[in-house]
Amino acid sequence: MGPQGGIFICGETRDGEVAAVTRELITAGRKLADQAGAPLAALLVERSPGETAASLIAHGVDRVFAIDSPPLGEGAPGDEAALLTAACRQLNPSVLLFGDTDVCRDVAAVIAMRLNGSITLDCTDVTLDTGSGALLQHKPVYGGNAVAVWASEAGRFRVATLRPRSFSPAGADPARSGEVVNLSVEVEEAGRQAVLLETVREQVRGRKLEEARVVIAGGGGVGGVEGFALLEELAAALNGAIGASRVPCDEGWKPLSLEIGQTGHYVSPGLYLAVGISGAPQHMVGCAGARVLVAVNRDPDANVFKEADFGVVGDFREVLPGFMRRYRELQE
Amino acid sequence: MQMIVCIKQVPDPEIPPAKFRIDASAMRAVPPEGIPPVINPYDERAVELALRLRESCGGTITAVTIGRPEAAAVLKHAIAMGADDGVLLSDSAFDATGNLAYAYILSQAIKKTGTYDLVLCGRQASDWDEGVTGAALAVHLAVPLVTLVVTAEAQGTGLAVKRVMLDGHQRLLVTMPAVLTVSQEVGRPRLPSGRGIIVAARKQLPTWTARDIEAEPAAIAEKAASRRLVKLSSAERARQCELISAESAEEAGARLAERLRQAGAL
Repeated sequence: MGPQGGIFICGETRDGEVAAVTRELITAGRKLADQAGAPLAALLVERSPGETAASLIAHGVDRVFAIDSPPLGEGAPGDEAALLTAACRQLNPSVLLFGDTDVCRDVAAVIAMRLNGSITLDCTDVTLDTGSGALLQHKPVYGGNAVAVWASEAGRFRVATLRPRSFSPAGADPARSGEVVNLSVEVEEAGRQAVLLETVREQVRGRKLEEARVVIAGGGGVGGVEGFALLEELAAALNGAIGASRVPCDEGWKPLSLEIGQTGHYVSPGLYLAVGISGAPQHMVGCAGARVLVAVNRDPDANVFKEADFGVVGDFREVLPGFMRRYRELQE
Repeated sequence: MQMIVCIKQVPDPEIPPAKFRIDASAMRAVPPEGIPPVINPYDERAVELALRLRESCGGTITAVTIGRPEAAAVLKHAIAMGADDGVLLSDSAFDATGNLAYAYILSQAIKKTGTYDLVLCGRQASDWDEGVTGAALAVHLAVPLVTLVVTAEAQGTGLAVKRVMLDGHQRLLVTMPAVLTVSQEVGRPRLPSGRGIIVAARKQLPTWTARDIEAEPAAIAEKAASRRLVKLSSAERARQCELISAESAEEAGARLAERLRQAGAL
């Protein structure tokens, strides 16, 4: 057994860089570490992790435990959980945070189960209770209608995943110093596991949803592919990205990879324009981070108007052309 | 193929947000008046995927749920859709125990059913949105896990499955027995047939207690103690909507552009 306790995050890389969600984890982990008066440690699974480890330290991690293995998401799913379970047996973390990503969600739950810990997925805030040291885990429930807070007592291994965009990403300070420890772990037999045959990443045309400063999202009220053409015209004019609520994805008007909401993307653009979207909480949680939220809907009683900053009750086929005309005039 | 589908009864997630109420002191959602609870929509899709697998490979489907006697309604729903059987797990020891305890209880019930090839459940339940049950079951049962599955077909002695991700998908081969969690991209679940409804109405469903499935009260309590709900509150809605109107919708659109420009959002 290694040192008792400690606040840990699990780092992920994307395209050779520290993933955005990992920089958010550093912000959250740093807060917990400072509350506990403890260093912030990171687990990093990667081949030749030197640069990534240095980047983690620059962003606020004190100690990086590097494990030489294919990066998370590229190995067999069960092997990754086994590897990280073995690492945790050695390091004995008190708290381990993951990003709530398609790869890490499963790994987090399995590690917590194996090591008899607590598990809360998809948290939007984590904090240590100053008196008891309990980890307070805030998590949206009931499709975003409510927020639950769960406490996991100190002395127990606590695992949580954080919803992307819940914390601002940590900034880098190249002068920051820290320690990199190469960790060799004895992996217990993972047992029979699923074999990963292929991973297909869909190339999204235009801007990535998470990075767009303007998102134009359509819902069932858009009526079909033709209706989306008008939204796309507007997106092109505003240099924005197209998103969708559940209905257009279910109906096949838009690919699943454009879904915004509980089971899709979480976005926080400067301007979010919800067109023909009724405003179910399962969708609204996905755009709650928008700075300015605008709703266009024919139904004056639609829930989306309760959650928007500006609203127009009317047919988007008339509202959007008027909007675009005036926008172009204002541009001149 | 012997399949077990773990399902849950939840408050109807489609109710308008205005009807959603929290009892903050009891830390629970107040059941909306006049709107009956339903099968968790994600679990309904797990039943749908099981039915498709049975159509292509043959076999049996048993639905399992934990709850009070009235939760048997979701078992009846699964049977009306075409599942062969249902088992209700009901015991005062199962009340209000939390994510890992529920998974333990389900795993004990699955073990009691004897041989099985596949356990399916929804990716998460629409009430507490936890998404932990599948992974926890796979650890308890010591079998492989694939989450967010949308298609599955027999290949040799295993299954070829497609798993959706936020920005794409994966294809995996998994040996059986295995646990799959099912995502909503499976598509719309079939409606119960008239014949299915009659079959379900006549079906006698067994109820298993903690003793029947050898679920140890100490083990349930230990899992339940991993976490404690300390607060439940309604989501804050911080925005005040400024409605923009004009003589025509076209003009309202133009005013919206002006207003957004003023607000610094354009």
